[in-house]
Amino acid sequence: MATTTTEAPARRRETLEQAVIRFAGDSGDGMQITGSQFTNTAALFGNDLATFPDFPAEIRAPAGTLPGVSGFQINFSSRDVFTPGDTVDVLVAMNPAALKTNLADLRTGGVLIVNVDNFKETDLKKAQSATNPLEDHSLDGYRVFKVELTKLTRLALKDLGLDAKSMDRCKNFFALGMCYWLYNRTMDGTHKWLDDKFKSKPVLAEANKLAMKAGHVYCEATEAFEVSYEIPPARLTPGVYRNISGNSALALGFVAAAQKSGLMLFQGSYPITPASDILHELSMYKEFGVMTFQAEDEIAAVTSAIGAAYGGALALTTTSGPGMALKMEAIGLAIATELPLVICNVQRGGPSTGLPTKTEQADLFQAIFGRNSEAPVPVLAASTPGDCFWVALEASRIAIKYMVPVIVLSDGYLANGAEPWKVPSLSELPDFPVHYRTDPEGFQPYFRNPDTLARPWAIPGTPGLEHRIGGLEKQDVTGNVNYEPLNHERMVRLRAAKVAAVVQEVPDVVPAGDAEGDLLLVGWGSTYGAITAALRAQRDKGRRIGHVHLRHLNPLPRNLGEVLERYGKVVVPEMNMGQLVWMLRAQYLVDAEGFNKIQGKPFKVSEIEAKIEEVLMPAAERGQEMRR
Amino acid sequence: MTATLPVYSKKDFQTDQEVRWCPGCGDYAILSAVQSVFPELGIPREKFVVISGIGCSSRFPYYMNTYGFHTIHGRAPAVATGLKLSRPDLEVWVATGDGDALSIGGNHTIHMLRRNVGLKVLLFNNRIYGLTKGQYSPTSEIGKKAKSTPYGSVDRPFHPLSLALGAESTFVARSVDVFQAHLKATLRKAAAHQGTAFIEILQNCNIFNDGAWETLTEREVRDEHTIAVEHGQPLVFGKNKDKGLRMRGLELEVVPLGNGVTEKDLIVHDERHPNPGYAFLLSRMDSTPGFPTPLGVLRAVEAPVYEAGVNAQIRDVVARKGKGDLGRLLQAGDTWEVK
Repeated sequence: MATTTTEAPARRRETLEQAVIRFAGDSGDGMQITGSQFTNTAALFGNDLATFPDFPAEIRAPAGTLPGVSGFQINFSSRDVFTPGDTVDVLVAMNPAALKTNLADLRTGGVLIVNVDNFKETDLKKAQSATNPLEDHSLDGYRVFKVELTKLTRLALKDLGLDAKSMDRCKNFFALGMCYWLYNRTMDGTHKWLDDKFKSKPVLAEANKLAMKAGHVYCEATEAFEVSYEIPPARLTPGVYRNISGNSALALGFVAAAQKSGLMLFQGSYPITPASDILHELSMYKEFGVMTFQAEDEIAAVTSAIGAAYGGALALTTTSGPGMALKMEAIGLAIATELPLVICNVQRGGPSTGLPTKTEQADLFQAIFGRNSEAPVPVLAASTPGDCFWVALEASRIAIKYMVPVIVLSDGYLANGAEPWKVPSLSELPDFPVHYRTDPEGFQPYFRNPDTLARPWAIPGTPGLEHRIGGLEKQDVTGNVNYEPLNHERMVRLRAAKVAAVVQEVPDVVPAGDAEGDLLLVGWGSTYGAITAALRAQRDKGRRIGHVHLRHLNPLPRNLGEVLERYGKVVVPEMNMGQLVWMLRAQYLVDAEGFNKIQGKPFKVSEIEAKIEEVLMPAAERGQEMRR
Repeated sequence: MTATLPVYSKKDFQTDQEVRWCPGCGDYAILSAVQSVFPELGIPREKFVVISGIGCSSRFPYYMNTYGFHTIHGRAPAVATGLKLSRPDLEVWVATGDGDALSIGGNHTIHMLRRNVGLKVLLFNNRIYGLTKGQYSPTSEIGKKAKSTPYGSVDRPFHPLSLALGAESTFVARSVDVFQAHLKATLRKAAAHQGTAFIEILQNCNIFNDGAWETLTEREVRDEHTIAVEHGQPLVFGKNKDKGLRMRGLELEVVPLGNGVTEKDLIVHDERHPNPGYAFLLSRMDSTPGFPTPLGVLRAVEAPVYEAGVNAQIRDVVARKGKGDLGRLLQAGDTWEVK
């Protein structure tokens, strides 16, 4: 690398604060791997980053078609990164379909790398392009690099004796090599990864290395790029970091919860996008005593977990919205029998099957209200991929301490997105050892702890504590079946009071930004990054804004009502029709306004900024704006 | 263990809860049989768990002085699977009915059987929905006139044992609420089985489907209409033991004994036959007029037990890799240090 400047003295190197790259191609083109490799390299280099993998629900839509386009976006920076970026600086488009579906996000003047070998008549037809964008001047506003990616890759690999198909599968690494050159990145990490991945087929490791090198050399030799970029490492809090996705963080959080509680982790789950990776990951951790059960359906997934909870395990079920709908009756059973259980909903677009691979946060009402009768449960939401770890741990702790099912909300954006995560030391993690009831003296199945209102956890196998529980209404204290009117009201209120008592675990909110002011943004879940970035930008412009991001959605923090009153206006950005805003209006009689996006995509920072500007525009101007 | 095990009596397995089945219900007899058999099994009382779904039969756990869990409609096999997987030390019994296990819970039933989870399943079959007051069930005969089928039901019923065999059940048996000795003997065999033991218990609902099984239970006719199968014994039935079953091609045939036909010509019952086809033939022969309904253990074979396999896999990984180290796990993969 050191030779770069001597061989090409005319080349400039610019230092940037951040850049956004998007790799887009056919779902068979390996875009997710390409993006992940660039991400790992950027992370190891010390950049802060956020990623946004965006792939179709179809495993292999017809090659070259619009529905088959798969993309991976990474925003990497020497400053704090909160989102994958609104617009793209470098777009790699492997075919016309990828170009067509992604071009709108490339900033004017941005770099566009296209594989011209895939712009033949038939390719254009598959992408439903009437004209060839490479010739019709539609790309005039961008710095276009037309590269014969397929041809050059084959040329680079010609001596390896591979068939054409195998060679073509390496062309994504040619593109990766180009991007490594463009941002002055070492290829060492990816070499290591390839050696490991193709341990049994070293020729494929070699092929991909050669393709990557060819891409790198191409940039170097052709002088196509007159400038390359450097993005220095970010100044993160000292510590050991790793890259983590939300689903991975949830899995690790539950393993940690099991270790810290001393319980066996049991996960009942049924495959569903975008939650399946939690099952995949936990199924690998058998050395931690983790038991995963791929059930016959969503209902068996949750009920098997209830069975395990009854037997004394830390019980978990993981799913997405449609699966959540199927689990609801069983969650009611866990509420009635007061057993600890954690239910993760990795939300996706709905209703029904909806948008399986796209993100949304429209299952909040489902989590809060989704069961028959009076059936409240604690609800927690993670705000970043790394935060999923802490939420998993906290949900498990609450479930056990209060003997209650707890719902954890994540979403597709957190599940698959990645960020650098500061690995906690074990001493940072709370211990919460469990004490099952063992003493038969004075035992009553529904005799409650006065502080938490939790009933004792008396597990089968304990001599002298034989008792029966079930979904029928129970007599207070004894747990015997009971249909008396006043007892029922008492039990309904007790179950609600127990969930309300969880507020003891909920810290008061401290708004980010201004502690009081003209506008408070209230968010929950994965909108954290976009709201944080928008707040920062708008406060830099002198606006007085605060931001509260709720981790606990039930019960809500004690001081939330008081905080809401400190601001002139309250706006609640959500990727739904306005669910949290509805709850806040109902609970606090506050005139909060929703800001809603329901497109299967996360908010852009610019969208939230525009909303802030609109809301804080002086009334007179606002009137004019509306007349225009 | 046995040295310190208390000597239990039937009373030790009775609860103080008032039993709320209709007077005359067949469930009383089943409860009594189970309460009689549990003390004999040499298992500490606290190790027993009875899990049920919804329906009249599913009130069962409330009356058993063991651990008990009255769950939700159809889901008892799944709750029990989660418990047995995570707590293989427990003796888990499932009480369910024809609606609970074969209609709303059909999926869980077949998958429990397919996996061969170590559960004992008592399927109370009264061919009717009792708790919801008299609708036809998935085992009701075609043409059943019930609350929801005033002109008679149109759909064909399940043969519960055929269904279980189709799901590769390793232990399939049938008994009758009022045949106490037979029922207790069947329960004992089920208790000894490794894997899922599936018992269909023919049970009378004297309110909504009285006489559901009277052709099998009435003293004058029952021997003509039932056959008690015993491992290693020829398939003989009839009040005077004068009829038998033999194979003709791929079909069963009822033959009168005598006129040169002897017990040697008959099928000798083999509950361990590796091919479930034989038990399948028995399980559904009574849909042909003139054939008896089989009682007893139709099939009992050895097969890997699910919870044993799942737990062995975990033990093997721990043995191979050592106990997991959380600190190392959190730092797995590529990490970097910021100073």
